[in-house]
Amino acid sequence: MKEISLIRADFPILGSKIYDKPLIYFDNSATTQKPVSVINAVDEVFTTYNSNIHRGVHALSDQASEKYEEAREKVRSFINAGEQQEIIFTTGTTGSINGIAFSFGEQYIRTGDEIIVSHLEHHANIVPWQMLCERKGAVLRVIPVNNEGEILFDEYLKLLSPRTKIVAVTQVSNALGTILPVRKIIEAAHSRDIPVLIDGAQGIQHGVVDVKELDCDFYVFSGHKIYAPTGIGVLYGKKKWLSELPPYQGGGDMVANVTFEKTTYNELPFKFEAGTTNFAGAIGLGAAIDYLQSIGLSDIVKREHELLVYATERLSAIKELKIYGRSNLKIPVISFLLDKIHQYDTGMILDKMGIAVRTGTHCAQPIMDHFGIDGTVRASMCFYNTKEEIEALAVGIEKVVKMFSK
Amino acid sequence: MSVNEIQDTIIEEFSVFEDWMDKYNLLMDYGKDLDEIDPRHKVKDYLIDGCQSKVWLYAEYDSEKIRFTADSDALITRGIVALLVKILSNRTPDEIISANLYFIDEVGLRQNLSPTRSNGLSSMVKQMKLYAMAYKAADDRHAAEGGR
Repeated sequence: MKEISLIRADFPILGSKIYDKPLIYFDNSATTQKPVSVINAVDEVFTTYNSNIHRGVHALSDQASEKYEEAREKVRSFINAGEQQEIIFTTGTTGSINGIAFSFGEQYIRTGDEIIVSHLEHHANIVPWQMLCERKGAVLRVIPVNNEGEILFDEYLKLLSPRTKIVAVTQVSNALGTILPVRKIIEAAHSRDIPVLIDGAQGIQHGVVDVKELDCDFYVFSGHKIYAPTGIGVLYGKKKWLSELPPYQGGGDMVANVTFEKTTYNELPFKFEAGTTNFAGAIGLGAAIDYLQSIGLSDIVKREHELLVYATERLSAIKELKIYGRSNLKIPVISFLLDKIHQYDTGMILDKMGIAVRTGTHCAQPIMDHFGIDGTVRASMCFYNTKEEIEALAVGIEKVVKMFSK
Repeated sequence: MSVNEIQDTIIEEFSVFEDWMDKYNLLMDYGKDLDEIDPRHKVKDYLIDGCQSKVWLYAEYDSEKIRFTADSDALITRGIVALLVKILSNRTPDEIISANLYFIDEVGLRQNLSPTRSNGLSSMVKQMKLYAMAYKAADDRHAAEGGR
Protein backbone atom coordinates (compact mmCIF):
# COMPACT_ATOMS: atom_id res chain seq x y z
CA MET A 1 0.00 0.00 0.00
CA LYS A 2 1.05 3.56 -0.71
CA GLU A 3 2.81 5.18 2.22
CA ILE A 4 0.45 7.00 4.59
CA SER A 5 2.19 10.37 4.22
CA LEU A 6 1.76 10.13 0.46
CA ILE A 7 -1.90 9.13 0.82
CA ARG A 8 -2.53 12.10 3.09
CA ALA A 9 -0.81 14.39 0.61
CA ASP A 10 -3.46 13.33 -1.93
CA PHE A 11 -6.11 15.06 0.23
CA PRO A 12 -5.34 18.80 0.33
CA ILE A 13 -7.72 19.54 3.21
CA LEU A 14 -5.91 17.16 5.55
CA GLY A 15 -3.03 19.63 5.71
CA SER A 16 -5.19 22.45 7.00
CA LYS A 17 -5.24 24.01 10.45
CA ILE A 18 -8.25 24.55 12.67
CA TYR A 19 -7.79 27.16 15.43
CA ASP A 20 -4.07 26.96 14.61
CA LYS A 21 -4.00 23.25 15.32
CA PRO A 22 -3.57 20.53 12.70
CA LEU A 23 -6.97 19.25 11.56
CA ILE A 24 -7.82 15.77 12.79
CA TYR A 25 -10.78 14.69 10.72
CA PHE A 26 -12.84 11.96 12.35
CA ASP A 27 -16.17 12.71 10.71
CA ASN A 28 -15.78 10.47 7.70
CA SER A 29 -19.14 8.77 8.14
CA ALA A 30 -20.79 12.15 7.59
CA THR A 31 -18.70 12.91 4.55
CA THR A 32 -15.25 11.99 3.34
CA GLN A 33 -12.57 14.37 2.12
CA LYS A 34 -11.69 14.53 -1.56
CA PRO A 35 -8.43 13.51 -3.19
CA VAL A 36 -6.85 15.95 -5.59
CA SER A 37 -7.61 13.66 -8.53
CA VAL A 38 -11.35 14.02 -7.85
CA ILE A 39 -11.07 17.78 -7.41
CA ASN A 40 -9.14 17.99 -10.69
CA ALA A 41 -11.63 15.81 -12.54
CA VAL A 42 -14.51 18.10 -11.58
CA ASP A 43 -12.40 21.15 -12.32
CA GLU A 44 -11.61 19.73 -15.74
CA VAL A 45 -15.30 19.33 -16.54
CA PHE A 46 -15.91 23.03 -16.10
CA THR A 47 -12.67 24.28 -17.60
CA THR A 48 -12.51 22.08 -20.68
CA TYR A 49 -15.68 20.27 -21.74
CA ASN A 50 -18.71 21.49 -19.79
CA SER A 51 -21.80 20.97 -21.91
CA ASN A 52 -25.15 19.32 -21.39
CA ILE A 53 -25.09 15.58 -21.87
CA HIS A 54 -27.14 13.40 -24.22
CA ARG A 55 -28.53 16.41 -26.06
CA GLY A 56 -26.13 18.39 -28.17
CA VAL A 57 -24.93 17.64 -31.65
CA HIS A 58 -21.72 19.44 -30.92
CA ALA A 59 -18.34 18.15 -29.92
CA LEU A 60 -18.38 19.32 -26.30
CA SER A 61 -21.70 17.67 -25.60
CA ASP A 62 -20.39 14.45 -27.10
CA GLN A 63 -17.33 14.63 -24.92
CA ALA A 64 -19.32 15.32 -21.73
CA SER A 65 -21.77 12.51 -22.54
CA GLU A 66 -18.92 10.14 -23.17
CA LYS A 67 -17.24 10.98 -19.86
CA TYR A 68 -20.54 10.61 -18.03
CA GLU A 69 -21.13 7.18 -19.52
CA GLU A 70 -17.53 6.23 -18.73
CA ALA A 71 -18.30 7.08 -15.09
CA ARG A 72 -21.35 4.82 -15.25
CA GLU A 73 -19.15 1.99 -16.49
CA LYS A 74 -16.70 2.63 -13.64
CA VAL A 75 -19.51 2.34 -11.11
CA ARG A 76 -20.84 -0.81 -12.79
CA SER A 77 -17.48 -2.48 -12.69
CA PHE A 78 -16.79 -1.26 -9.12
CA ILE A 79 -19.88 -2.96 -7.70
CA ASN A 80 -19.81 -5.74 -10.32
CA ALA A 81 -23.27 -5.09 -11.72
CA GLY A 82 -24.19 -7.03 -14.82
CA GLU A 83 -25.01 -4.13 -17.08
CA GLN A 84 -24.62 -0.38 -17.31
CA GLN A 85 -28.39 -0.16 -17.64
CA GLU A 86 -28.65 -1.20 -14.02
CA ILE A 87 -26.72 1.86 -12.80
CA ILE A 88 -28.86 4.97 -12.25
CA PHE A 89 -27.24 8.22 -11.21
CA THR A 90 -29.22 9.98 -8.47
CA THR A 91 -28.63 12.79 -6.00
CA GLY A 92 -27.46 10.42 -3.26
CA THR A 93 -28.61 7.60 -1.00
CA THR A 94 -31.63 9.59 0.15
CA GLY A 95 -32.64 10.34 -3.44
CA SER A 96 -32.21 6.70 -4.43
CA ILE A 97 -34.31 5.33 -1.57
CA ASN A 98 -37.06 7.90 -2.05
CA GLY A 99 -37.15 7.02 -5.73
CA ILE A 100 -37.45 3.30 -5.18
CA ALA A 101 -39.92 3.69 -2.32
CA PHE A 102 -42.11 5.70 -4.68
CA SER A 103 -41.78 3.57 -7.82
CA PHE A 104 -41.92 0.24 -6.03
CA GLY A 105 -44.77 1.47 -3.88
CA GLU A 106 -46.82 2.63 -6.85
CA GLN A 107 -46.37 -0.68 -8.59
CA TYR A 108 -46.53 -3.27 -5.84
CA ILE A 109 -47.72 -1.99 -2.46
CA ARG A 110 -51.33 -2.35 -1.38
CA THR A 111 -53.24 -1.91 1.88
CA GLY A 112 -52.03 -4.29 4.56
CA ASP A 113 -48.74 -5.09 2.85
CA GLU A 114 -45.62 -5.02 4.98
CA ILE A 115 -42.19 -3.47 4.56
CA ILE A 116 -39.32 -4.55 6.78
CA VAL A 117 -36.50 -2.30 7.95
CA SER A 118 -34.10 -2.70 10.88
CA HIS A 119 -33.84 -0.78 14.14
CA LEU A 120 -30.41 0.45 12.97
CA GLU A 121 -31.58 2.44 9.97
CA HIS A 122 -30.66 6.01 9.14
CA HIS A 123 -33.74 8.21 8.84
CA ALA A 124 -33.24 8.08 5.05
CA ASN A 125 -34.15 4.39 5.11
CA ILE A 126 -37.11 4.86 7.45
CA VAL A 127 -39.01 7.98 6.45
CA PRO A 128 -39.48 7.25 2.70
CA TRP A 129 -40.98 3.85 3.63
CA GLN A 130 -43.18 5.43 6.30
CA MET A 131 -44.43 7.92 3.73
CA LEU A 132 -45.18 5.01 1.40
CA CYS A 133 -47.00 3.17 4.21
CA GLU A 134 -49.13 6.25 4.81
CA ARG A 135 -49.99 6.58 1.13
CA LYS A 136 -50.89 2.95 0.71
CA GLY A 137 -52.08 1.83 4.11
CA ALA A 138 -49.12 -0.51 4.42
CA VAL A 139 -47.29 -1.44 7.62
CA LEU A 140 -43.64 -0.89 8.57
CA ARG A 141 -42.09 -3.78 10.52
CA VAL A 142 -38.79 -3.39 12.35
CA ILE A 143 -36.07 -5.97 13.00
CA PRO A 144 -35.03 -5.56 16.65
CA VAL A 145 -31.42 -5.33 17.87
CA ASN A 146 -29.47 -6.51 20.90
CA ASN A 147 -27.33 -4.39 23.20
CA GLU A 148 -24.24 -4.79 21.04
CA GLY A 149 -26.11 -3.12 18.21
CA GLU A 150 -26.56 -6.31 16.20
CA ILE A 151 -29.85 -7.32 14.61
CA LEU A 152 -31.70 -10.33 16.02
CA PHE A 153 -31.70 -12.58 13.00
CA ASP A 154 -34.27 -15.04 14.34
CA GLU A 155 -36.65 -12.18 14.96
CA TYR A 156 -36.11 -11.07 11.38
CA LEU A 157 -37.08 -14.52 10.13
CA LYS A 158 -40.27 -14.32 12.18
CA LEU A 159 -41.18 -11.00 10.57
CA LEU A 160 -41.02 -12.42 7.04
CA SER A 161 -44.51 -13.31 5.89
CA PRO A 162 -46.65 -13.49 2.76
CA ARG A 163 -47.55 -9.87 3.46
CA THR A 164 -43.89 -8.75 3.25
CA LYS A 165 -43.34 -6.97 -0.06
CA ILE A 166 -39.81 -5.63 0.37
CA VAL A 167 -36.97 -5.67 2.90
CA ALA A 168 -34.86 -2.49 3.12
CA VAL A 169 -31.84 -2.68 5.40
CA THR A 170 -28.57 -0.90 5.85
CA GLN A 171 -25.31 -2.66 5.19
CA VAL A 172 -23.60 -0.84 8.05
CA SER A 173 -25.12 1.17 10.92
CA ASN A 174 -24.13 4.80 10.47
CA ALA A 175 -24.55 5.58 14.17
CA LEU A 176 -22.63 2.60 15.60
CA GLY A 177 -20.55 1.24 12.73
CA THR A 178 -21.83 -2.32 13.11
CA ILE A 179 -21.97 -4.44 9.96
CA LEU A 180 -25.23 -6.26 9.25
CA PRO A 181 -25.36 -9.81 7.87
CA VAL A 182 -26.87 -8.61 4.60
CA ARG A 183 -26.06 -11.75 2.65
CA LYS A 184 -28.08 -13.87 5.09
CA ILE A 185 -30.84 -11.26 5.16
CA ILE A 186 -31.09 -11.37 1.37
CA GLU A 187 -31.02 -15.20 1.22
CA ALA A 188 -33.84 -15.49 3.74
CA ALA A 189 -35.97 -12.93 1.90
CA HIS A 190 -35.29 -14.49 -1.48
CA SER A 191 -36.31 -17.91 -0.26
CA ARG A 192 -39.75 -16.33 0.06
CA ASP A 193 -39.46 -14.34 -3.19
CA ILE A 194 -39.18 -11.01 -1.36
CA PRO A 195 -36.87 -8.39 -2.90
CA VAL A 196 -34.24 -6.62 -0.81
CA LEU A 197 -32.83 -3.09 -0.95
CA ILE A 198 -29.44 -2.54 0.66
CA ASP A 199 -28.53 0.93 1.91
CA GLY A 200 -24.82 0.97 1.15
CA ALA A 201 -24.13 4.54 2.29
CA GLN A 202 -21.75 3.35 5.02
CA GLY A 203 -20.73 0.09 3.37
CA ILE A 204 -19.49 0.95 -0.10
CA GLN A 205 -16.34 2.77 1.07
CA HIS A 206 -15.25 0.18 3.62
CA GLY A 207 -15.24 -3.08 1.71
CA VAL A 208 -15.58 -4.79 -1.64
CA VAL A 209 -19.19 -4.73 -2.80
CA ASP A 210 -20.27 -7.26 -5.38
CA VAL A 211 -23.97 -6.88 -6.12
CA LYS A 212 -24.05 -10.05 -8.22
CA GLU A 213 -22.63 -12.11 -5.42
CA LEU A 214 -24.84 -10.40 -2.82
CA ASP A 215 -27.78 -10.91 -5.16
CA CYS A 216 -29.50 -7.82 -3.71
CA ASP A 217 -32.31 -6.39 -5.80
CA PHE A 218 -31.35 -2.78 -5.15
CA TYR A 219 -28.15 -1.26 -3.80
CA VAL A 220 -27.86 2.46 -3.13
CA PHE A 221 -25.05 4.75 -2.04
CA SER A 222 -23.83 8.36 -2.00
CA GLY A 223 -20.80 9.66 -3.82
CA HIS A 224 -19.72 12.08 -1.11
CA LYS A 225 -19.13 9.27 1.38
CA ILE A 226 -16.76 7.55 -1.02
CA TYR A 227 -14.40 10.48 -1.65
CA ALA A 228 -16.50 11.88 -4.53
CA PRO A 229 -18.38 15.20 -4.69
CA THR A 230 -21.70 15.86 -2.98
CA GLY A 231 -24.98 15.70 -4.83
CA ILE A 232 -24.26 12.49 -6.74
CA GLY A 233 -25.39 9.03 -5.80
CA VAL A 234 -26.14 5.65 -7.27
CA LEU A 235 -29.16 3.45 -7.50
CA TYR A 236 -28.32 -0.04 -8.64
CA GLY A 237 -31.33 -2.18 -9.48
CA LYS A 238 -31.64 -5.54 -11.15
CA LYS A 239 -32.73 -4.99 -14.73
CA LYS A 240 -35.83 -7.06 -14.15
CA TRP A 241 -37.02 -4.60 -11.49
CA LEU A 242 -35.96 -1.42 -13.19
CA SER A 243 -37.77 -2.50 -16.36
CA GLU A 244 -40.97 -3.20 -14.48
CA LEU A 245 -40.98 -0.13 -12.22
CA PRO A 246 -42.48 3.15 -13.36
CA PRO A 247 -40.20 6.21 -13.26
CA TYR A 248 -40.46 8.40 -10.15
CA GLN A 249 -39.68 11.66 -11.90
CA GLY A 250 -40.78 12.93 -15.27
CA GLY A 251 -38.91 15.39 -17.46
CA GLY A 252 -36.34 15.73 -20.17
CA ASP A 253 -34.06 12.91 -21.27
CA MET A 254 -36.19 10.22 -19.65
CA VAL A 255 -38.68 10.09 -22.50
CA ALA A 256 -38.78 8.41 -25.90
CA ASN A 257 -41.74 10.26 -27.32
CA VAL A 258 -43.95 12.96 -25.84
CA THR A 259 -47.35 14.08 -27.04
CA PHE A 260 -50.08 15.59 -24.93
CA GLU A 261 -52.02 12.35 -25.28
CA LYS A 262 -49.30 9.88 -24.39
CA THR A 263 -45.64 9.78 -23.41
CA THR A 264 -43.43 6.77 -23.81
CA TYR A 265 -40.36 6.41 -21.66
CA ASN A 266 -36.76 6.15 -22.67
CA GLU A 267 -34.88 2.90 -22.15
CA LEU A 268 -32.84 2.10 -19.08
CA PRO A 269 -31.02 3.70 -17.38
CA PHE A 270 -32.29 7.03 -18.79
CA LYS A 271 -35.89 6.28 -17.83
CA PHE A 272 -34.86 7.07 -14.25
CA GLU A 273 -32.64 10.06 -15.01
CA ALA A 274 -35.07 12.91 -15.64
CA GLY A 275 -33.64 16.34 -16.29
CA THR A 276 -30.00 17.33 -16.44
CA THR A 277 -28.22 15.05 -14.03
CA ASN A 278 -25.23 16.02 -11.93
CA PHE A 279 -22.84 14.88 -14.64
CA ALA A 280 -19.88 16.71 -13.12
CA GLY A 281 -20.53 14.86 -9.87
CA ALA A 282 -20.82 11.55 -11.71
CA ILE A 283 -17.48 12.16 -13.43
CA GLY A 284 -16.02 13.03 -10.01
CA LEU A 285 -17.40 9.77 -8.67
CA GLY A 286 -15.69 7.93 -11.50
CA ALA A 287 -12.42 9.61 -10.53
CA ALA A 288 -12.95 8.65 -6.86
CA ILE A 289 -13.41 5.02 -7.87
CA ASP A 290 -10.21 5.18 -9.92
CA TYR A 291 -8.43 6.61 -6.90
CA LEU A 292 -9.68 3.90 -4.52
CA GLN A 293 -8.67 1.21 -6.98
CA SER A 294 -5.22 2.72 -7.31
CA ILE A 295 -4.83 2.45 -3.52
CA GLY A 296 -6.43 -0.99 -3.46
CA LEU A 297 -9.66 -1.73 -1.66
CA SER A 298 -8.39 -4.80 0.17
CA ASP A 299 -5.47 -2.76 1.53
CA ILE A 300 -7.92 -0.07 2.60
CA VAL A 301 -10.03 -2.64 4.47
CA LYS A 302 -6.95 -4.03 6.17
CA ARG A 303 -5.67 -0.61 7.21
CA GLU A 304 -9.06 0.52 8.46
CA HIS A 305 -9.41 -2.63 10.53
CA GLU A 306 -6.05 -1.91 12.17
CA LEU A 307 -7.24 1.60 13.00
CA LEU A 308 -10.48 0.24 14.47
CA VAL A 309 -8.65 -2.29 16.65
CA TYR A 310 -6.17 0.33 17.82
CA ALA A 311 -8.85 2.94 18.53
CA THR A 312 -11.10 0.48 20.36
CA GLU A 313 -8.21 -0.62 22.56
CA ARG A 314 -6.89 2.87 23.22
CA LEU A 315 -10.25 4.48 23.93
CA SER A 316 -11.48 1.55 26.03
CA ALA A 317 -8.60 2.30 28.36
CA ILE A 318 -10.37 5.50 29.36
CA LYS A 319 -12.54 4.30 32.20
CA GLU A 320 -15.20 6.99 31.81
CA LEU A 321 -15.72 6.07 28.16
CA LYS A 322 -18.50 3.74 27.07
CA ILE A 323 -18.63 2.50 23.49
CA TYR A 324 -22.04 1.95 21.88
CA GLY A 325 -22.05 -0.80 19.28
CA ARG A 326 -19.60 -3.45 20.37
CA SER A 327 -20.06 -5.95 17.62
CA ASN A 328 -16.97 -7.74 16.35
CA LEU A 329 -17.99 -6.78 12.85
CA LYS A 330 -17.59 -3.05 12.46
CA ILE A 331 -16.28 -0.36 10.18
CA PRO A 332 -13.76 2.00 11.85
CA VAL A 333 -16.31 3.93 13.87
CA ILE A 334 -16.33 4.52 17.63
CA SER A 335 -19.63 5.84 18.96
CA PHE A 336 -19.25 6.74 22.62
CA LEU A 337 -20.27 8.73 25.66
CA LEU A 338 -18.18 9.89 28.61
CA ASP A 339 -19.89 9.19 31.91
CA LYS A 340 -22.47 11.92 32.42
CA ILE A 341 -20.80 14.43 30.12
CA HIS A 342 -23.14 15.66 27.41
CA GLN A 343 -22.04 14.61 23.91
CA TYR A 344 -22.25 18.19 22.81
CA ASP A 345 -19.87 19.42 25.50
CA THR A 346 -17.41 16.73 24.43
CA GLY A 347 -17.74 17.62 20.77
CA MET A 348 -17.29 21.34 21.42
CA ILE A 349 -14.09 20.90 23.39
CA LEU A 350 -12.64 18.40 20.91
CA ASP A 351 -13.41 20.91 18.17
CA LYS A 352 -11.29 23.47 19.97
CA MET A 353 -8.42 20.99 19.77
CA GLY A 354 -8.86 20.73 16.01
CA ILE A 355 -10.58 17.34 16.23
CA ALA A 356 -13.73 17.01 14.11
CA VAL A 357 -16.26 14.49 15.42
CA ARG A 358 -20.01 14.23 15.04
CA THR A 359 -22.33 14.58 18.00
CA GLY A 360 -26.05 13.95 18.33
CA THR A 361 -28.37 11.25 17.07
CA HIS A 362 -26.64 10.81 13.70
CA CYS A 363 -30.02 10.87 11.93
CA ALA A 364 -30.79 7.55 13.58
CA GLN A 365 -33.04 8.41 16.52
CA PRO A 366 -34.62 4.95 16.91
CA ILE A 367 -31.31 3.26 17.75
CA MET A 368 -30.49 6.05 20.24
CA ASP A 369 -33.89 5.44 21.85
CA HIS A 370 -33.04 1.75 22.02
CA PHE A 371 -30.05 2.58 24.21
CA GLY A 372 -32.06 5.17 26.16
CA ILE A 373 -29.73 8.00 25.17
CA ASP A 374 -30.27 11.14 23.15
CA GLY A 375 -27.05 10.99 21.24
CA THR A 376 -23.40 9.97 21.19
CA VAL A 377 -20.06 11.32 20.10
CA ARG A 378 -19.00 9.53 16.93
CA ALA A 379 -15.41 9.32 15.77
CA SER A 380 -15.49 7.83 12.27
CA MET A 381 -12.18 7.00 10.68
CA CYS A 382 -10.98 5.95 7.27
CA PHE A 383 -7.77 4.83 5.63
CA TYR A 384 -6.14 8.28 5.61
CA ASN A 385 -6.32 8.59 9.40
CA THR A 386 -3.40 7.60 11.58
CA LYS A 387 -2.69 6.05 14.96
CA GLU A 388 -1.13 9.36 15.99
CA GLU A 389 -4.48 11.03 15.36
CA ILE A 390 -6.25 8.38 17.45
CA GLU A 391 -3.75 9.04 20.22
CA ALA A 392 -4.49 12.77 19.98
CA LEU A 393 -8.21 12.00 20.21
CA ALA A 394 -7.62 9.88 23.31
CA VAL A 395 -5.59 12.65 24.93
CA GLY A 396 -8.30 15.14 23.98
CA ILE A 397 -10.97 12.94 25.53
CA GLU A 398 -8.94 12.64 28.72
CA LYS A 399 -8.79 16.45 28.85
CA VAL A 400 -12.55 16.67 28.40
CA VAL A 401 -13.09 14.21 31.24
CA LYS A 402 -10.81 16.24 33.48
CA MET A 403 -12.44 19.51 32.54
CA PHE A 404 -16.01 18.36 33.17
CA SER A 405 -15.48 16.28 36.28
CA LYS A 406 -14.26 19.28 38.27
CA MET B 1 -26.68 47.54 37.01
CA SER B 2 -28.06 48.23 33.56
CA VAL B 3 -28.17 45.66 30.78
CA ASN B 4 -25.10 47.23 29.20
CA GLU B 5 -23.17 47.53 32.46
CA ILE B 6 -23.57 43.80 33.07
CA GLN B 7 -22.59 43.04 29.49
CA ASP B 8 -19.45 45.15 29.85
CA THR B 9 -18.47 43.32 33.05
CA ILE B 10 -18.89 39.98 31.30
CA ILE B 11 -16.85 41.14 28.29
CA GLU B 12 -14.08 42.24 30.64
CA GLU B 13 -14.08 38.93 32.49
CA PHE B 14 -13.75 36.96 29.28
CA SER B 15 -11.06 39.25 27.89
CA VAL B 16 -8.70 38.20 30.67
CA PHE B 17 -8.34 34.77 29.05
CA GLU B 18 -6.43 34.15 25.83
CA ASP B 19 -7.00 30.43 25.65
CA TRP B 20 -10.39 29.10 24.65
CA MET B 21 -10.23 26.35 27.23
CA ASP B 22 -10.08 29.00 29.94
CA LYS B 23 -12.97 30.87 28.37
CA TYR B 24 -15.02 27.67 28.43
CA ASN B 25 -14.10 27.10 32.05
CA LEU B 26 -15.35 30.60 32.88
CA LEU B 27 -18.53 29.92 30.93
CA MET B 28 -19.11 26.77 32.95
CA ASP B 29 -18.51 28.68 36.16
CA TYR B 30 -21.35 30.97 35.16
CA GLY B 31 -23.43 27.84 34.60
CA LYS B 32 -22.73 26.69 38.13
CA ASP B 33 -24.03 29.99 39.51
CA LEU B 34 -27.31 29.74 37.61
CA ASP B 35 -30.33 29.52 39.92
CA GLU B 36 -31.92 26.11 39.76
CA ILE B 37 -35.08 26.04 37.68
CA ASP B 38 -38.10 24.66 39.50
CA PRO B 39 -38.34 20.95 38.53
CA ARG B 40 -42.00 21.58 37.62
CA HIS B 41 -40.74 23.85 34.87
CA LYS B 42 -38.12 21.47 33.60
CA VAL B 43 -40.62 19.90 31.23
CA LYS B 44 -41.24 19.65 27.52
CA ASP B 45 -43.44 22.77 27.44
CA TYR B 46 -40.49 24.95 28.36
CA LEU B 47 -37.92 23.35 26.04
CA ILE B 48 -36.44 25.70 23.46
CA ASP B 49 -36.35 24.52 19.84
CA GLY B 50 -33.19 24.92 17.83
CA CYS B 51 -30.66 23.67 20.37
CA GLN B 52 -28.90 20.32 19.98
CA SER B 53 -28.72 20.04 23.72
CA LYS B 54 -31.84 20.51 25.82
CA VAL B 55 -32.53 24.01 27.13
CA TRP B 56 -35.44 24.78 29.44
CA LEU B 57 -36.45 28.40 29.94
CA TYR B 58 -39.20 29.61 32.25
CA ALA B 59 -40.43 33.17 32.75
CA GLU B 60 -42.61 34.72 35.44
CA TYR B 61 -43.87 38.29 35.57
CA ASP B 62 -44.90 40.28 38.65
CA SER B 63 -46.46 43.07 36.56
CA GLU B 64 -43.24 45.04 36.76
CA LYS B 65 -40.30 42.75 36.02
CA ILE B 66 -39.74 39.41 34.32
CA ARG B 67 -37.75 36.79 36.12
CA PHE B 68 -36.13 34.00 34.09
CA THR B 69 -35.01 30.62 35.31
CA ALA B 70 -33.32 28.12 33.01
CA ASP B 71 -31.28 24.95 32.72
CA SER B 72 -29.55 22.78 30.15
CA ASP B 73 -28.31 19.19 30.08
CA ALA B 74 -25.02 20.33 28.52
CA LEU B 75 -22.72 22.37 30.74
CA ILE B 76 -21.45 24.74 28.06
CA THR B 77 -25.01 25.52 27.02
CA ARG B 78 -25.95 25.96 30.65
CA GLY B 79 -23.18 28.55 30.88
CA ILE B 80 -24.51 30.41 27.87
CA VAL B 81 -28.09 30.49 29.11
CA ALA B 82 -26.77 31.56 32.53
CA LEU B 83 -25.16 34.61 30.91
CA LEU B 84 -28.44 35.51 29.26
CA VAL B 85 -30.37 35.08 32.50
CA LYS B 86 -27.80 37.20 34.34
CA ILE B 87 -28.24 40.00 31.81
CA LEU B 88 -31.98 39.84 31.13
CA SER B 89 -33.61 38.51 34.28
CA ASN B 90 -35.34 40.93 36.67
CA ARG B 91 -35.89 43.48 33.91
CA THR B 92 -38.99 45.17 32.60
CA PRO B 93 -40.45 43.89 29.34
CA ASP B 94 -39.28 47.08 27.61
CA GLU B 95 -35.70 46.62 28.81
CA ILE B 96 -35.66 43.07 27.51
CA ILE B 97 -37.23 43.92 24.16
CA SER B 98 -34.83 46.77 23.51
CA ALA B 99 -31.70 45.02 24.80
CA ASN B 100 -28.89 44.97 22.27
CA LEU B 101 -26.86 41.91 23.20
CA TYR B 102 -23.48 42.97 21.87
CA PHE B 103 -21.66 40.81 24.40
CA ILE B 104 -22.34 37.75 22.21
CA ASP B 105 -20.01 39.04 19.51
CA GLU B 106 -17.58 40.76 21.88
CA VAL B 107 -17.04 37.63 23.95
CA GLY B 108 -16.72 35.65 20.73
CA LEU B 109 -19.61 33.37 21.49
CA ARG B 110 -21.05 33.66 18.02
CA GLN B 111 -17.86 32.93 16.12
CA ASN B 112 -16.47 30.40 18.50
CA LEU B 113 -19.46 28.30 19.16
CA SER B 114 -20.40 25.94 16.38
CA PRO B 115 -23.11 27.14 14.01
CA THR B 116 -25.78 24.86 15.45
CA ARG B 117 -24.89 25.97 18.93
CA SER B 118 -25.00 29.55 17.79
CA ASN B 119 -28.48 28.90 16.45
CA GLY B 120 -29.38 27.59 19.86
CA LEU B 121 -28.12 30.85 21.32
CA SER B 122 -30.29 32.87 18.94
CA SER B 123 -33.27 30.68 19.86
CA MET B 124 -32.68 31.41 23.52
CA VAL B 125 -32.53 35.17 22.94
CA LYS B 126 -35.57 35.01 20.67
CA GLN B 127 -37.56 33.10 23.28
CA MET B 128 -36.67 35.58 26.04
CA LYS B 129 -37.72 38.52 23.88
CA LEU B 130 -40.93 36.72 22.92
CA TYR B 131 -41.83 36.34 26.59
CA ALA B 132 -41.21 40.07 27.10
CA MET B 133 -43.34 41.00 24.10
CA ALA B 134 -46.17 38.72 25.22
CA TYR B 135 -46.22 40.20 28.73
CA LYS B 136 -46.04 43.74 27.34
CA ALA B 137 -48.92 43.02 24.96
CA ALA B 138 -50.99 41.64 27.85
CA ASP B 139 -50.22 44.79 29.86
CA ASP B 140 -51.25 47.04 26.99
CA ARG B 141 -54.48 45.11 26.60
CA HIS B 142 -55.26 45.49 30.29
CA ALA B 143 -54.52 49.20 30.17
CA ALA B 144 -56.80 49.65 27.15
CA GLU B 145 -59.60 47.69 28.79
CA GLY B 146 -59.13 49.59 32.07
CA GLY B 147 -59.37 52.93 30.30
CA ARG B 148 -62.63 52.11 28.57
